[in-house]
Amino acid sequence: MATAIAKAERAESVDYAARIEHVSKSFAGPAGQQLVLDDITLDVAPGEFVTLLGASGCGKSTLLNLVAGLDDPSAGSIKTDGRPALMFQEHALFPWLTAGKNIELALKLGGVPKNERRGRADELLALVRLQGSYDKRVHELSGGMRQRVALARALAQESRLLLMDEPFAALDAITRDVLHDELTRIWAETGVSVLFVTHNVREAVRLAQRVVLLSSRPGRVAHEWTVDIPQPRRIEDAPVAELSIEITEQLRGEIRRHGQQ
Amino acid sequence: MASSDTKSGLTDTRQAQADGNRQTAGLEAGLDALENVATARTPFSVTFRAKILPPLIATGVVLVIWQALITFNVVTDPTRLPSPGDVAAEFKDAWLKGKLLGYIWTSAERGLLGFLLALAIGTPLGLIVARVKFVRAAIGPVLSGLQSLPSVAWVPPAVLWLGLNNSMMYAVILLGAVPSIANGLVSGIDQVPPLFLRAGRTMGATGWKGAWHIVLPASLPGYLAGLKQGWAFSWRSLMAAEIIASSPDLGIGLGALLENGRNASSMPMIFEAIFLILFVGIAVDLLIFSPLERRVLRSRGLLVKS
Repeated sequence: MATAIAKAERAESVDYAARIEHVSKSFAGPAGQQLVLDDITLDVAPGEFVTLLGASGCGKSTLLNLVAGLDDPSAGSIKTDGRPALMFQEHALFPWLTAGKNIELALKLGGVPKNERRGRADELLALVRLQGSYDKRVHELSGGMRQRVALARALAQESRLLLMDEPFAALDAITRDVLHDELTRIWAETGVSVLFVTHNVREAVRLAQRVVLLSSRPGRVAHEWTVDIPQPRRIEDAPVAELSIEITEQLRGEIRRHGQQ
Repeated sequence: MASSDTKSGLTDTRQAQADGNRQTAGLEAGLDALENVATARTPFSVTFRAKILPPLIATGVVLVIWQALITFNVVTDPTRLPSPGDVAAEFKDAWLKGKLLGYIWTSAERGLLGFLLALAIGTPLGLIVARVKFVRAAIGPVLSGLQSLPSVAWVPPAVLWLGLNNSMMYAVILLGAVPSIANGLVSGIDQVPPLFLRAGRTMGATGWKGAWHIVLPASLPGYLAGLKQGWAFSWRSLMAAEIIASSPDLGIGLGALLENGRNASSMPMIFEAIFLILFVGIAVDLLIFSPLERRVLRSRGLLVKS
């Protein structure tokens, strides 16, 4: 089946931020073709926050790369509303630029005219509460601050869809909690759609409107939960914990299947 | 799943959100302040004691030992080891005759011009070798192999091809320095973290935009190291060329000065030439390349303070 990544024009309105239809992906491995993703169908609605959850080997990062357009699916189609922005576990900020200039580079590549860039970069820094850090070098920022600049740079792309690949996994628990609050706030303020990959069940429940569980080897959609706990949530809240236990049980069940094979 | 008691009035939720936001802001400011590391430039007195004083002392010790060898008659033959005073007199003599700066400039001009030429050729060459697979497979190994070929080996063919003139000097410099510069850029590009390339691609930096905004700045440290080595090779190649190919038309550079010293059996003149060659090589490195390299590394947080 031919693959198609159609990039919808901004003016034209579509009813999805991302539409993943029957997507499969296999890589050439030592034992022939290895199927990593098997017939994934998933929609992210405009403004929706979806977390993709799975154990290692479920291909969640592969799926995110496909949606980002960094790789092509072996079968199926992926459509996104414009080019998505991508945030990684590592901040991926360019060390030869200051925090502000990192954001301005994204603006420049996005075609923002020169005289508007500085003002826009300042706004974005203020959005992630880093006003005054424009001239800071990447190595002068803490891990949490780097991820906030990376978030601001991703938002600078003005994408309708923000892809996040375990962006808080390398942070300490206190900082991660704070960034959860920040991400929830910024998501609500900007109305951007988010597809967030994680292996942390509580994080998934804390953030998302919808949690999608992927099975491993090959990755398939195993289960889906709608999270209607009102925001602002906290990771310690009883309803969050309750749902996390339910999802963890399913996740463990998926992992156990591999031990039996 | 969801607790039903939170479905109170909309205003309450807004209020709670605003409160939450304010608390998060405070918490975040606290975290940022806690993790903020104050970095200050080291004061000059510290730099002086740590970086400038030791080489001065080492130079002093060498001079004292040298003088002692003469004073205590360890070496008695002045044609083998002239005294520091004799060499200083040679310097003074050249200075008073107004020739000293001429010697230096004749060679330094050639060296720097040759280096700039090598830069202009080596940079695009390095880019092509790094980015085009076929070219890399074809000439990559030769290019790194050329680095181990002493550039003095190029002098005889260059003389026969081009004659005893400045073009021949530049040819030898190019053959010595271009491979270093190109190789430096290639290894700099090879060491660009793939994450930067992926990040760049998601931002729309592909093709030439990617090369200009991501690949080139990311490979700058490796490129600079290549330039530094390229200068050392330029200078060495030039000295080899000047010593072997001396001709009255070429003017007297430092290599020719050394050769003249040998012909006149004047050890002070030979020492003078060697010191000058060393001086120019070190000065260019210290005044141009080291500050440039330090600036690039410091701005990227790659310079570890010891």
